[in-house]
Amino acid sequence: MTRTGFALALMTCAVLGGAACGCQSSIPRDALALSPQSVERRVLQTRSYDTTDEATILQASAGLLQDVGFTIEATRSSLGLLTGSKDRDATDGGQVVRAILIAALLRVSTPIDAIQKIRISIVTHPEASRMAVRVTFQRVVWNNHGQISNLEFLDDPKMYQDFFDKLSKAVFLEANKI
Amino acid sequence: MTRQFLIGAVFVSTFFGGCGSSQKQVLLADESAVKLRSIQSRVFDTTDKTKMLRTTMATLQDLGFVVDSADDSIGTVSATKLDRYALRMTVTVRPRNERQLLVRASAQYNLRAVESPEPYQNFFAALEKAIFLTAHMEEDRSPASGSSTGTPSSQGSTATVPAKGSPLTGSRGTQK
Repeated sequence: MTRTGFALALMTCAVLGGAACGCQSSIPRDALALSPQSVERRVLQTRSYDTTDEATILQASAGLLQDVGFTIEATRSSLGLLTGSKDRDATDGGQVVRAILIAALLRVSTPIDAIQKIRISIVTHPEASRMAVRVTFQRVVWNNHGQISNLEFLDDPKMYQDFFDKLSKAVFLEANKI
Repeated sequence: MTRQFLIGAVFVSTFFGGCGSSQKQVLLADESAVKLRSIQSRVFDTTDKTKMLRTTMATLQDLGFVVDSADDSIGTVSATKLDRYALRMTVTVRPRNERQLLVRASAQYNLRAVESPEPYQNFFAALEKAIFLTAHMEEDRSPASGSSTGTPSSQGSTATVPAKGSPLTGSRGTQK
């Protein structure tokens, strides 16, 4: 039983490890192709504001990034670009419990997520009498062995909804100089 | 004795392996410069560099990238896509002549340069479509979240030949 469990654990680690560190040697065929989800994601990630003042939107966005703890890394107002990142703890309670159970049952030490870098880019796009704002998030996660355990695009709709709710307030405050 | 042998082995391996063999990667390319340039470049019949850069950023976001940096005076956009792999991309936009822009994209997938044509064909197909959407948006004054279908814009030429006569190498400085 123990040997079977151990073999299973090893196989799982190999599969997960291979997937997580992107050990595939050549680029996936669809990595640079538009997918059916592209439009869906665009809608999720875009919000339009009733202003043509791009600078105000970018200033409000910069303020919001600071509010939620991001460090601004690059800005290019002439292209409507703002990028930022933040490093945070990535410990997951469930994962820690699993690691403890595996260690107790199989006497195998499994790495657990420790640190994450969350990256964001905000791009403004002038429309006729409005300003479209598109935001994209992604993150890199390192485990407690210092290895990258996850590279992912963040597409939780609630995250984007919350971001734009906050941005709406920030744009209002910025526009009214409050 | 064994310890001495091991120390010796480490020393020898350092001598052979540490002479910068991995440093050769700095200027190493698998494909010829001309072929690579042809794979990675497209010509567009427009002179609006800023619009092309903005459209490039929008396209990269459509493809799941987070934009890292952009510069409209030099004409560059860099972005990263993380999806269980790391795909980094730089797109440069520069005037080809009085009525055309040359757009060149170069990508790195994990630890390798992307030198096969297909990913670039996909990228430029998406860029053409985005130019169509952008033009469509400005004419119709409608938001960006419109249809994803449509034929590529007449603005987007599909020529794959790089600019003729453009030098492949920089001028070499005087040797000291």
